Amino acid sequence: MKKRVLLVEDEPNIIEAITFLLSREGWHVDTQTDGATAVKRVRELQPDLLMLDHMLPGKSGLDILIELRSDDQFLALPILMLTARGQMRDRAEAEAAGVSRFMTKPFSNTEVLAAVRDLTRN
Amino acid sequence: MREGLTGSRIRERRAMAGLKQAELASRIGISASYLNLIEHNRRRIGGKLLLNIASALGVDASALTEGAEAALIAKLREAASAAKLPKVDVNTADEFAGRFPGWAEVLAAGYRRVGALERTVETLSDRLAHDPKLAASVHELLSTAAAIRSTASILADDKKITTEWRDRFHVNLDQDSRRLAQSSKALVNYLDNQSGDQEGYAIGSPQEEVDAFFAEHDYTFEEIESGTIAAEELVGQSEGLVSGSARHIARGILQQLALDAGEVSLQKLQDQIQSVGMDPIRLAKYFAVSVSTILRRLGSLKSLNAGLVVCDRTGSLLFRKPTKGFTIPRFDAPCALLPLFDGLSSVGQISRNKIAVAGRSEMEFEVFAVAEPVSVFSYNNAPLVQATMLVVPLKSNELSDLSKPIEIGATCRVCPRELCPARREPSILSSGF
Repeated sequence: MKKRVLLVEDEPNIIEAITFLLSREGWHVDTQTDGATAVKRVRELQPDLLMLDHMLPGKSGLDILIELRSDDQFLALPILMLTARGQMRDRAEAEAAGVSRFMTKPFSNTEVLAAVRDLTRN
Repeated sequence: MREGLTGSRIRERRAMAGLKQAELASRIGISASYLNLIEHNRRRIGGKLLLNIASALGVDASALTEGAEAALIAKLREAASAAKLPKVDVNTADEFAGRFPGWAEVLAAGYRRVGALERTVETLSDRLAHDPKLAASVHELLSTAAAIRSTASILADDKKITTEWRDRFHVNLDQDSRRLAQSSKALVNYLDNQSGDQEGYAIGSPQEEVDAFFAEHDYTFEEIESGTIAAEELVGQSEGLVSGSARHIARGILQQLALDAGEVSLQKLQDQIQSVGMDPIRLAKYFAVSVSTILRRLGSLKSLNAGLVVCDRTGSLLFRKPTKGFTIPRFDAPCALLPLFDGLSSVGQISRNKIAVAGRSEMEFEVFAVAEPVSVFSYNNAPLVQATMLVVPLKSNELSDLSKPIEIGATCRVCPRELCPARREPSILSSGF
């Protein structure tokens, strides 16, 4: 059975490129473009990996991260944050909230794939 | 000590004109040895002799005089003090400038440039962290760049990609590259439109419009002071106050100014300072007004060249007038150690302190602050309070009865005081970008 990743990102062409990349690697990719219902979607889909943009309509990636980590069910869920906000403060906040990996845009495909493999090794 | 650098300039100009010392001395009717002493800054020079030398060298006498030299030496001393050189070295600035005028100019220009760049870093860092429009623009740029990079990389690396996917990615690339061009242009326009208004500043928020409006008027409104124009009218005439919020804020400040001017005219205030000195409490008593009113009036007094900051009970800044060596950040929160905030917890108490602002020049100021109620009293309701702080520059040789200054910074992000107990976040000056 294919591993499942939920990509929460509002940039359609990033969604398309990452969907292509991960599909080629054997992943089943679900996508979500707004932050407001992202947590609900995670609960429904129970993905093996969550890829999360920081700035999203409806709810920020950081708020989604905090909400998920406050639920024991998602304490171990690998969460990769892709963000254009690379400031020290944003990284520190995401790390304090329990992000598994923090990656700044523009990222390379190789970096993304390496992070995905690393985070889902087991 | 040598008498300035006029001699060095004469020597420099003589060399540029290709004249020997003896030739120039002969033309102006003095001995070569006397000219030699002048050129080595060992003899004072002025009057007719200076005019004769200038004429012989084909330059204006002012090009040889000490005005420019004094500025140069002052700048060199400032640079030496900022680098914490021993006093004995600081005092040799004139000798250094005399012996190496070219290098001295280079050093002074470099020091000025560093100062300008530091101000730019401060402003940009402040903007990037707190200007929502700029943050959104940068996010848009980076997201588009990410999409382009990822898509282009797939097209370049994947030789087995299907025609359908290839076509889709080509369309995406075309869309994204257009978007990137548009958003880059929009961002440049956004920054360009603002950079012309004031050195190092950019206008994007209502508060910035207000700051630019007051700076444009040099914080002086004679027509409001004399009552010949109403605040509403002056705001209406301004082309810089574009947004409704900015007009609202500016109108409020000008209305307060008009009220203050009605109670205490600047001329009478100036006269009374001559009589009782720069003592806000005594001045408030004399004019039968609040100390806040006196601080605001003193902030309008051009001869005092003071800064003024006003905040509300939440610490939000309502008005800021900078003065040389003391600025308040536009977006970031200011230094928590400012005496301005002390008064909020002890309303009515008037504080007087000396502060030293961290930075290259480490200037010192005498600071008066007070918080006073601004709303009508009613039962069981805490009054609304405004705190006002007047920041008066202290001259370097001015004695003050206040001994140890409170060390403050502009804002944590650009403050070099690493171990400050009030630090909210790391400084980019120590941790780097």
